Parts: sequence; structure tokens; C-alpha cells
Amino acid sequence: MIYLEQFSYLLASALFIIGLKYLGSAKTARKGNQYAMFAMAVAIVITLVVSGVAGPIQIIVGMVAGGLVGGIVAKRIEMTEMPQMVALFNGFGGVASTLVAFSEYLEPTTTPVTLDVNITLILSLFIGTVTLTGSLIAFAKLQGLMPGRPIVLPMHQVLNFLLMVAVIVFGVMYVLTPDVPMWPVLIILAAAIFGVTFVIPIGGADMPVVIALLNSYSGLAASATGFVLSNNVLIIAGALVGASGLILTQLMCDAMNRSLFNVLFGAVGTDDSTGESGAAETRTVTRYTAEDAGMIMDTVQSVIIVPGYGLAVAQAQHVLNEMGEILMARGIDVKYAIHPVAGRMPGHMNVLLAEANVPYDLLYEMDDINDEFQNTDVALIIGANDVVNPAARTKKDSPLYGMPILNVDYARTVMFVKRSMGAGFAGEANPLFFDDKTMMVFGDAKAVVTGLVKALKESDE
Amino acid sequence: MEPLIVSIYVFTLAVFIGFELITKVPPLLHTPLMSGSNAISGITVVGALLAANANNWHLSTILGVLAIAFAMINVIGGFMVTDRMLGMFKKDKKTEKGA
Repeated sequence: MIYLEQFSYLLASALFIIGLKYLGSAKTARKGNQYAMFAMAVAIVITLVVSGVAGPIQIIVGMVAGGLVGGIVAKRIEMTEMPQMVALFNGFGGVASTLVAFSEYLEPTTTPVTLDVNITLILSLFIGTVTLTGSLIAFAKLQGLMPGRPIVLPMHQVLNFLLMVAVIVFGVMYVLTPDVPMWPVLIILAAAIFGVTFVIPIGGADMPVVIALLNSYSGLAASATGFVLSNNVLIIAGALVGASGLILTQLMCDAMNRSLFNVLFGAVGTDDSTGESGAAETRTVTRYTAEDAGMIMDTVQSVIIVPGYGLAVAQAQHVLNEMGEILMARGIDVKYAIHPVAGRMPGHMNVLLAEANVPYDLLYEMDDINDEFQNTDVALIIGANDVVNPAARTKKDSPLYGMPILNVDYARTVMFVKRSMGAGFAGEANPLFFDDKTMMVFGDAKAVVTGLVKALKESDE
Repeated sequence: MEPLIVSIYVFTLAVFIGFELITKVPPLLHTPLMSGSNAISGITVVGALLAANANNWHLSTILGVLAIAFAMINVIGGFMVTDRMLGMFKKDKKTEKGA
């Protein structure tokens, strides 16, 4: 039986790997997810059957309860709320690991408990709990339950350092006297506080990085639990997730031109707004209306749309798609340029546009489309600012300097749909607003795009 | 070999595979990747099942049951929402567009 069990876990591990591979391409992604689903089913069923776990009623109750909650959330969640959901689910992964590790501490499955099991148990308790409380804070910030601005306590870094020291001390005490339950409990407590102090100083706009990082932690927590139980499928699946989260973290940091250290400890940013902080500005711009913008569209051949989070806040994705379809019906070449940090989590904007029925082959990554702006008639920027700010290329003292941007300033006409003149999240004024070829259309993204659609329809008639 | 050493081998190799696989995922799919990997990290449910497997109501059993519930939220919720999201990704119907 042990062979059947082990080979089934091996099969599940292989299927997880194949599933992740298929997730890497839009054509096969759905199949990849199904492979991973099947892998999970194999792992669960074999555990239930071979380990004789299926007996006790509480197992069924736990599975059904969790499955129902998960299913309902998955059905009801709005795509704009995906970041919150992923944050919360990261936390659930973490707490599951902590619970399993503590349960294993109370009643070990293998005795005698060796030193290496104890050490991995500490890791499992620690990572799992940090993931839980850190994720809860990230969730609260994204959901608006607490302010998105960084919260910095007096001597914040000293506090974090002391918490780490405390965890190490408790860990050593635990290894020396494993029979005293106070030590693992203290480890959990210190880790819980650390999770909170770790995430509260991080600003709302940096949440994509934090979610990706906590995603990685939730995988590492599963891996650590695998170490405790000497279970390879946990180790492998957890390691895959850990690696995935880490890569996404790095990509997000690169896209913001920040180091992970700066994101975690820099306490940058003010609030989770789209950055209408309103720096004092003396230059004036020419204001245009949606009708003016519609008239320009009568003469163009190519349009690249640059959506930012302001678009999602205004719920303007669907009407934007309608506009795109009208333009395409006229024979205009329409493309969407997606900056890596558009949205509130990695890849978020793509999902929001896909939900609004924008075909995914019209969505272009920054590197694939940046050379096309110079041959484009109109760059239409909706609810984005920092990611198109040319100051990032030239102004050495700017916080944006060095950040990769979309080259909208190379287009023949640049249209901004924006709520106000305010600078972006980084507080850097956008010189492009004052350029002669720039049209500023102020207003809510949904109202303006709806106006544009109306103007286009009238001109089509 | 020591079980710990075996575990470290397995972990290290899996991390390398993970890096290899994920670096190739385009930004288009990053959100489904995250929710999908969320579901995968629900693999802890295997450990939770073992922990809850007892004919008693000791604290360790109760913690195991709680862990099952949390991990299953991840598994079911994660896979379902990923599937729902990926179902939204559609190619352009009109294969030929004006240039």
C-alpha cells in the first residue's frame, strides 16, 4: 500500500508541474488549471483511501464546509475584487499550515520526534502565521476596511527586529524543551504580530507586490508542512507556488523600478487612490470634451488604448469595449497597451478587460507595443498617469526615474481621460499634459467614454 | 539517506522547476496564475486530513478539521475562480481587422 500511496503522490506532483506548464499559454491555460485540479483530486482521494482517513465524520464535515465556502466565493466574487480574494486565500493557506503543524506538535504521527522535525515545525508555524496575519492586513487594506496609507509605528524596524529575535529565542527554547507547549504558542504569537507589523507600513499602491509575496509564503508554508510530515507532494506543490509568487514579486518590483527592500521597508505612498493628490500647478492645459475627442476619432487610422486602474474604479471596462468595437467597425486598428502594474495585482487589468469581452489578442504587453506608438495616431490614456509619464525617462531626481513606461508621447495625438490635473501616485507632474499634441478630457472615466461612444455613434449615422 | 536530506533535495529541485515554468508565463495570465497557485497551495489539505484522522475530539483533531476547512476553501475556491477567469479570455472573432 505504501507504494500505491507514494506513486499516487508522485503522479499528483507531476500533474501539478504539467498543469503549471499549460497555465503558461492562453490557449492551454484552462486545461492547465484542470490538470492541477485533477492532481489535487488524486492527492486527496489517495490520502482518504489508502491512509484510511475516510472514516471519521469530522473529515467529511470539514471538507464539505470548506468546499462550499470556497465554491460560493468563487462564483460570487467580482473581478475587481480578485486582489482581495487572493489575499484572503493566501491567508487561509497559511493558517491551514499552522494548524496542521500545531496538531502535529500535539500528537506526532511519527515518534520519536527528531530534531529536524522540530525545526521544520517551527518554520511551518512561523511562515504559516505570518502569511495569515499579513494577508489579513493586505485584505483589509484592499477592501478599504483600513486606510491604504503606510502605517509606521515608532521604532518600527527595531520592533520587527526584536520580533525576529524573539522567534529565534522561542525556537531555541522549544527545541531544548519540546514538552513545554508555551514555546510553540509564543512562536505563533510573535509570528502573528510580525505579520501585522510587516504589512502595515506598506502603502496601498504597493499591494500587488505584497500579494505576490504572500502568495509565495503560502506556498512555502505548505512546503514547510511537507517537511514536517515528510510528504513530498506537499513539498513539491508548495515549492512550485513559492517560486511562482517570488517571480511575480520580482516582476512587480521591476515594473515599478523599486527594490523589494524599498517596497517592504520604504513606507512609500499616501493612500490607495489613483493618485489625484493635486500638486500645485501654474501652467494651464486646454480642456476638451468627449465630443471633441469623438471628432478626432473621425480622422484616425490607429488607436492604442492605455487603461489604468482609474478605468476599473469607474467601472468603465464594458463601455470601453463598446467604443473599441465601434472604432474597429470603422476599420481603425485598435490595440490595448497593458503596463505590468496596471490594476491592483499582477495581470489584473487583463482579467478586467477580458471580463468586458475585450479579445485577449488585442491586449499587448509593454515591451511588445512600445515601438508601435510612433506609428499610431492616437494614444488614449484612461485613468493612468505614472505609467505613461515621460519624466521617468529624463528627470533624474524623480521618484519615477528609471521606471519602464509606455511610450505614449511618441503617438501623434495623446488623449488623457482623467478626473483631475493631479499628479500620479508618485507625485510627479506629467509634462505630457502640457504638450501641444495632448488633449485633456476631464471627468469620470465611465462618463467620458460613454460620451465618446455617443459622439462616435452620432457621427456614424 | 536521512529523510530531511531527501526533503531538501526534493524542495530545491521543485523550486528550480517552478522558476523555469513561471518565468515563461505572460503577464496576461498572471492573475489566473496567482489564483491557480493559491489553489495548489491548498495541498496542505493532505496534511490536514492526516491530522484530523482520529476517533477522538482531542485538540489536535479539531485543529486538523479546521485546517481541512481552510485548505478546502483554497482548493475549491481557487480552482473554480481560476476556471471562471480563464473562461473569459476570448480571442478576437474577426480574424482579419483593418490595419
